[in-house]
Amino acid sequence: GGAFWVDSQQKRYVPVKGDHVIGIVTAKAGDVFRLDVGGSEPASLSYLAFEGATKRNRPNVQVGDLIYGQFVVANKDMEPEMVCIDSSGKSSGMGIIGQDGFLFKVSLGLIRKLLAPKCEIIQELSQLYPFELVIGMNGRIWVKAKTVQQTLIIVNILEACEYMTAEQRKQALAKLSGN
Amino acid sequence: FMQRGLDSQTKKQLEEEEKKIISEEHWYLDVPDLKEKESCIIEERSFLRCEDLVYGRMSFKGFNPEIEKLMIQMKCKEEEIEEDDKMEADVSDEEMARRYETLVGTIGKKFLRKRDQRVLKGDEEDEDDEVEEGNSNTRPSKRAKKMFLKPQD
Repeated sequence: GGAFWVDSQQKRYVPVKGDHVIGIVTAKAGDVFRLDVGGSEPASLSYLAFEGATKRNRPNVQVGDLIYGQFVVANKDMEPEMVCIDSSGKSSGMGIIGQDGFLFKVSLGLIRKLLAPKCEIIQELSQLYPFELVIGMNGRIWVKAKTVQQTLIIVNILEACEYMTAEQRKQALAKLSGN
Repeated sequence: FMQRGLDSQTKKQLEEEEKKIISEEHWYLDVPDLKEKESCIIEERSFLRCEDLVYGRMSFKGFNPEIEKLMIQMKCKEEEIEEDDKMEADVSDEEMARRYETLVGTIGKKFLRKRDQRVLKGDEEDEDDEVEEGNSNTRPSKRAKKMFLKPQD
C-alpha cells in the first residue's frame, strides 16, 4: 500500500535490476556472453550464472541463442549484468530457451497488461491450443506452438492486442476456435 | 639538472595558484547544518513491485510440463502470501492439535531403540509395572507381529 507509479507508453527498454528479460547472445568473450536486451548497452552474462554450472561443466550456449534471465546489476553508470539463477541458486525457469518458436517485439505497456494477474488475453489464448510463452520485460515475447501456423496466429493476436478492444479480440478468437 | 628543478618549482607555483583560486571560489553556507530527515520516499524503477506482475514463463495445455509445474509453484507462493492474511482455516485448530498429539507419539516410537520400545509398551499397558521385562513371551503382544520367542526353561 501507498505505492504510486506513473504509467506511460514506451517502446524502448531501460534495464532495471530484478527484471526478467529475453536476451539474444551476440558474442562470446572468454568467460562471459554478451547479450542484446534492447537497451542502450549489451548486457553481460557469466557462464557460471547457470544452475549446475561449474568451471568444467560449461553451459552449451551458442551465438544467436535466446536466454531468459534477470538483471543483478542495472544502473546508468555500469554495463548491465544478467544471471540465469535466482537468489537460492535455482534456475526456476530461467536459462536457454529451446529451439524453434518465434520471437517478436511489442511495446512495454502491452507487456505489463499481459503480465497482470488474471490477464484475459492470456486466459482466452490458453483455451485455443497448447503453446508455450515466454514474456520478457524488455518488450520481447517468444512463442512456440505445435505447428508454424498456430505459432503465427498467436503472434498476430498478441501484436494486434495492442490496438484491439476486448470485444474485437473475442470476436477474432471466436472465429479461430470455430475454424 | 637545474631545468628539472625549475620545472618542479613552476609546477608547485602553478598548483598553489590553482589552490588559491579554487579555495576562494568555494562557496560555503553560513547557515547552520540542517539535520537530514529520513525520507519516506523509496525510488523503485521496476514495474514488478507496482503491479504484482506474474512470472513471465508460461505454458498451456501441457506443452511444456516442467514449466507448468513451475507455474503451479509460483501460484502456490502467491497464494501462500495471500493465505497468511486470511484467518480462515480448512482444519480447525483443535483437530490439528489432536492429530499432532498422536502423530508425534507414533513417529517418536519409530526412532526408539528396542529396549525403550518395550519400556514404552510396559508404560502403556501397566503403569504399576516398573520392572523392565526381558521376555516378550510372558506378555501378550498387542500387535500380530511374530516376535522371536525365547524358549522357556
